[in-house]
Amino acid sequence: MLEIKGLEVKLEEEDKQILKGVDLKIGAGEVHAIMGPNGSGKSTTSYVLSGKDGYEVTGGSATLDGVDLLDMEPEERAAAGLFLAFQYPVEIPGVGNMTFLRTAVNAQRKARGEEELSAGDFLKEVREKAKALKIDADMLKRPVNVGFSGGEKKRNEILQMAMLEPKMCVLDETDSGLDVDAMKLVAEGVNALRSEGRSFLVITHYQRLLDHIKPDVVHIMANGRIVKSGGPELALEVENNGYADILAEVA
Amino acid sequence: MALAELKLAATQTRLTGMVMPEGLNDQRVDAMNRVITMGLPHKRDEYWKYTDPATLTQSTPQTAALFHNDEGALFADIDRVKIVFVDGVFDADASDDLTCEGVEIGRLADVDGGWAADIYGTLEINGQLHVHRPLAALNTAFATDGVVIRATAKAVKPINIIYLHSDEASDVMLHNLVRVEEGAEVTLLETGPAAARFNKVLEVDVAKTGAFHHVRAQGRDHERRAITHCFARIADESLFKSFTLTANGVLTRNECIIDMVGDDAVAHVAGACVGDGADFHHDDTVFITHDGLNGESRQVFKKVLRNGATGVFQGKILVKAGAQKTDGYQISQSLLLDDDSQFLAKPELEIYADDVACSHGSTSGAIDDDALFYLQSRGVPRKAATDLLTLAFLAEALDEIADDALADDLRDRLESWLGRRG
Repeated sequence: MLEIKGLEVKLEEEDKQILKGVDLKIGAGEVHAIMGPNGSGKSTTSYVLSGKDGYEVTGGSATLDGVDLLDMEPEERAAAGLFLAFQYPVEIPGVGNMTFLRTAVNAQRKARGEEELSAGDFLKEVREKAKALKIDADMLKRPVNVGFSGGEKKRNEILQMAMLEPKMCVLDETDSGLDVDAMKLVAEGVNALRSEGRSFLVITHYQRLLDHIKPDVVHIMANGRIVKSGGPELALEVENNGYADILAEVA
Repeated sequence: MALAELKLAATQTRLTGMVMPEGLNDQRVDAMNRVITMGLPHKRDEYWKYTDPATLTQSTPQTAALFHNDEGALFADIDRVKIVFVDGVFDADASDDLTCEGVEIGRLADVDGGWAADIYGTLEINGQLHVHRPLAALNTAFATDGVVIRATAKAVKPINIIYLHSDEASDVMLHNLVRVEEGAEVTLLETGPAAARFNKVLEVDVAKTGAFHHVRAQGRDHERRAITHCFARIADESLFKSFTLTANGVLTRNECIIDMVGDDAVAHVAGACVGDGADFHHDDTVFITHDGLNGESRQVFKKVLRNGATGVFQGKILVKAGAQKTDGYQISQSLLLDDDSQFLAKPELEIYADDVACSHGSTSGAIDDDALFYLQSRGVPRKAATDLLTLAFLAEALDEIADDALADDLRDRLESWLGRRG
């Protein structure tokens, strides 16, 4: 599904290397987690994959089902099936959440040469999926993320994911700013989307999210590289001992 | 030459050969004397610092090519009374019967005494109190026609004055009068370019508990010029709402002067403007006077400017000594889509009461990169995302339109304009 090979990235404005050769391969239907200390390059990986400005790829590649991601505009990557759940979802005053969702869904369908969803079908689908995430009609009507609590914003991200039905979902610290109940709700939303053809990359600081979204593989990232990979037990090791032992071990 | 002499000479030149129409003679002669006393505006006048009035005051107008489009008429699906002027000349065939339940409708050219004669020019004179507005007085002196509307109850449908433009050199002055009686309500729609050069005055007198809604879309003829004034006087518990959409036009100045003489009155003025090109110049000049208790006023002006376009906003809230509990709000914002466009804003508050809440703000900014990326990351192409954010920027102004059907029509129109652009 997603294959990252030797990815090297620096910040455009400062001459600062952030990623120094990231290798990662996620198969169809798999859930991988990336953990790592602050500043290790986790969020940068998610931004570079989704095409945010401000980063320069100086080496390596990233492909989705064999297609080069790095050459595409952000919207083309989305249409190809990539989705990033933002750590800090953006507020867009003046754009209704519903309008936003419908524009996004139909833009992707159009890009893939599919027919646009009718207003009726769209509404039905949104209502169903919103209900499962406890998103009420008012939240759908309000401008995108404006005045939403931290939990509401993250649930809104998952709703977008549910509506867009991507094949590769990247979750950037989706658990940050969430209380236990909200985290459970978000995790349930994610788990409901797990399927054979859909893969997840979950970026997190805390093992707790991984109790709810059970990963197949856990990677530890440090200083712009993946330094260790293993099973779910690796996350527990981080939770109990911090990163120091692992980093010392690979140094 | 000193400015006063310069202006007097220019004013005399301008008035030479102008023919005063029949009817309302006293008001017209008074108005002409006001013009001579004040002198026509000059770019050295403080009030015209950001907008050069030369092409509005010169004797012969610049020509304006006709704009042809396949968009069809605005508000076409809305049941309304259509009153059509072609280059300022009333077109009876194209107009509906001037009848509508709840309102009396007539033409200025037919006014012979009555409420319309009483009001003609009086609100304009009130509006001259703090700042000279000689082009409005010029209009009162020489306007050839217009529509007079008296609402006696809730009008069953909106009245739409449609200003068509068919002559590249047309120079038009129209003057409309509206009187909203106690408890009555009417919506006035004004659409179209009107002329190569258009000088229009609207005087609106709203009695207590009356409501006046005004929705305007100025024509898209790129080379047209317009100076418009709206003078309103609103009484106790009355409502005044005005919204203007402007796209294209090399020079537009819309002045709105509102006197809130009654208690508990509400006045909202809003504008959305989309300007493209170095020759685009759009000026909103607003002056709201609070002279009653518990008044609420809002000014919401948004301009999207690109390719060297210029936007101007001069907005003032004057709160008189007795106008306690005034709630005044003013926001003017520009979305600058490139480095060449500019927005000039002069917000002013003058407050003589000690128990009021007045806020004002003005911003200029570009498209928010984070919002743009967020939309793109969800699959919305960059161009469509930019359009969506542009519409979102204008939304606060469009939200000032009370009638959803009218607002939706304008929103659709804006969306298609933005969508057509490469």
